[in-house]
Amino acid sequence: MEIERDPPCPGPVRVMSVGVWGLDLEQPGSQDLILPNGGTPAGTASPASSSSLLNRLQLDDDMDGETRDLFVTVDDPKKHVCTMETYITYRITTKSTRVEFDLPEYSVRRRYQDFDWLRNKLEESQPTHLIPPLPEKFVVKGVVDRFSEEFVETRRKALDKFLKRITDHPVLSFNEHFNVFLTAKDLNAHKKQGMALLTRVGESVKHVAGGYKLRNRPLEFAAIGEYLDTFALKLGTIDRIAQRIIKEEIEYLVELREYGPVYSTWSALEAELAEPLEGVSACIGNCSTALEELTDDMTEDFLPVLREYILYSDSMKSVLKKRDQVQAEYEAKLEAVALRKEERPKVPADVEKCQDRMECFNADLKADMERWQNNKRQDFRQLLMGMADKNIQYYEKCLLAWESIIPLLQEKQEAK
Amino acid sequence: MNFLHMTENNFSLKKIEISVSEAEKRTGRNAMNMQETYTAYLIETRSVEHSDGQSVLTDSLWRRYSEFELLRNYLLVYYPHIVVPPLPEKRAEFVWHKLSADNMDPDFVERRRIGLENFLLRVASHPILCRDKIFYLFLTQEGNWKETVNETGFQLKADSRLKALNATFRVKNPDKRFIELKHYSDELQSVISHLLRVRARVADRLYGVYKVHGNYGRVFSEWSAIEKEMGDGLQSAGHHMDVYAASIDDILEDEEHYADQLKEYLFYAEALRAVCRKHELTQYDLETAAQDLAAKKQQCEELATGTVRTFSLKGMTTKLFGQETPEQREARIKMLEEQIKEGEQQLKSKNLEGREFVKNAWADIERFKEQKNHDLKEALISYAVMQISMCKKGIQVWTNAKECFSKM
Repeated sequence: MEIERDPPCPGPVRVMSVGVWGLDLEQPGSQDLILPNGGTPAGTASPASSSSLLNRLQLDDDMDGETRDLFVTVDDPKKHVCTMETYITYRITTKSTRVEFDLPEYSVRRRYQDFDWLRNKLEESQPTHLIPPLPEKFVVKGVVDRFSEEFVETRRKALDKFLKRITDHPVLSFNEHFNVFLTAKDLNAHKKQGMALLTRVGESVKHVAGGYKLRNRPLEFAAIGEYLDTFALKLGTIDRIAQRIIKEEIEYLVELREYGPVYSTWSALEAELAEPLEGVSACIGNCSTALEELTDDMTEDFLPVLREYILYSDSMKSVLKKRDQVQAEYEAKLEAVALRKEERPKVPADVEKCQDRMECFNADLKADMERWQNNKRQDFRQLLMGMADKNIQYYEKCLLAWESIIPLLQEKQEAK
Repeated sequence: MNFLHMTENNFSLKKIEISVSEAEKRTGRNAMNMQETYTAYLIETRSVEHSDGQSVLTDSLWRRYSEFELLRNYLLVYYPHIVVPPLPEKRAEFVWHKLSADNMDPDFVERRRIGLENFLLRVASHPILCRDKIFYLFLTQEGNWKETVNETGFQLKADSRLKALNATFRVKNPDKRFIELKHYSDELQSVISHLLRVRARVADRLYGVYKVHGNYGRVFSEWSAIEKEMGDGLQSAGHHMDVYAASIDDILEDEEHYADQLKEYLFYAEALRAVCRKHELTQYDLETAAQDLAAKKQQCEELATGTVRTFSLKGMTTKLFGQETPEQREARIKMLEEQIKEGEQQLKSKNLEGREFVKNAWADIERFKEQKNHDLKEALISYAVMQISMCKKGIQVWTNAKECFSKM
């Protein structure tokens, strides 16, 4: 699908369908927005006005509600053994009513490096947007089996999250690379064509990197920056605490596994006490199993999500930095113009473009940040409730074990 | 509190209650006139009136641990066929890191107070031991009690360790049940020791798990400061994490009572072994006496018939220094015959003694077995109840935390 690149701000402008945007006509200020049916404006009003921003936010609500028209799932990991290497692929299932998709349903297989490619492409083509993070490429801990069930499942969940976040994003979900990723039979062929699809904006933002020093970060972005710094710190602390708890729980488990059997040994010495002692031994065994399940769950479900959010806030910080660069470039150029001695200082086109770029970036960033905050709240709510749940289940299993043994202990034994 | 019937001089019958109600730090001078610090325990005895159940304080005195030890050692000597209740440990063992191993630590003193009370109650409820005069005086005569005990000369009556060890190795025909019992008490001691050691480690680890959760309290609080909507939920959840972390102290303190109940039976194993040792001693004594008697009889026979089958010093010297006169031989035979008569009497009474010992000891052992089964079952039940309580508290705290998270 060809995309026209005239508008300076690559917003939802590019890929449109009547269905999704039709609702916008009811929204106030929608006149400012570029209308559906592929029309691009004659370069007049900048889409990065507050009203269009409002529209974008409202659009998000719609997407979360009944107008979902894109569903993506990652499942069914399979191991592939080739001569050169062994790797895992995941099945990506896409269901969509969007016009951009030729078929209503797609099913393709992708491996981690395909996801990596997608993310890079998104970063290049959508530099003003926050791209969700991927699970780490290499396993830091060293002695973890890349093909173990637990590792693959953890990764699958993270990849699923990654695609769902893109799906939920009003801009990213329309990205052509994303479309290709979801639909192409042979992704590698597309990867080779990749170079041609680089956006002008992407290029220009890349060129901005380095060289300009920002004088003043606007208050709101400074606040975001500070927030992210503290947030990442706190998450890091929570990660360390969670790890420490798991470590202590595992050591507790080791002792329990020695403790239970001693009651069994004792039971063998006794007559009347044999059954009660054996019962206690079995009970402790059940508690040990429950504890093991708890530590496994925390390791597989809790820690990875926590770590991913640290990566996520790091991504956001780097987007903030890029934004700073764009602003810096604009300010520098503006200054350069001001210094030029002219009677009618005319703002040259490229400085205007810079301003547009910056304002666009600011708008995108704010929108993304808001979305990020919302998602973060929901994700953490779910994560922490999950942690509480797992602990409750652990205690409930233990409670059941001990309660069921009380009648056995109280039983009067027949005289032998 | 326990009720028992006690007789003093077989004249009066009282129902009494015993308690070790207080512990107090004291300083005094020891045998070598050096200053020392020790703990004294207040023993109160109350007699209970039949009709209205009201109790009247009849005696109250202070004793220290060493006096309890003296009492027990006395009982061990005078009642060797009884499984004598053990004292609480002298020094804190099987400690996990938080518990102090210091004898002056208030928690240790408190648990010792309970253990000493338990000891007295056990003695008082024993059908035979409760009648002992020295025990009665221990509860009622503060001054001079030590002297009174020592005057019984029980230390002299005590079997030496060496003698006991010797008997253990050389006894030929001990009662089978005692062999089994000794084996059982060895195994019991080993398994309970192991259990107590591991339990202490388990307690240590559990403590760690709970306390680390306290860190969540702090970090959630700090995090809530930078959040808008999530702030309240996080803050209150953090509070519940603090509650969770703090709850382990009481939980583990309760568990120490369970450990103390196990310890009592660990030490009871030693008391069982003491009875077995006594049996081995009496049995060995009996076997030796029988052997000696048999040897003398043979000697006598040889002298009478003139055949020398066994080596004897007299025989050798006779050979070397000349035959003895018939008168001398007669005298010797007569002496031997007297010794044999005496020996037969002694053997008879030793036999009787031995059988009495076995009968009485075994009766007490049966009593002990029932007590043990009952007590340990109760201990296991109370342990299970503790675990249930701990689980319920855990569910409560995490449910509260979950609700706070849900409000984020």
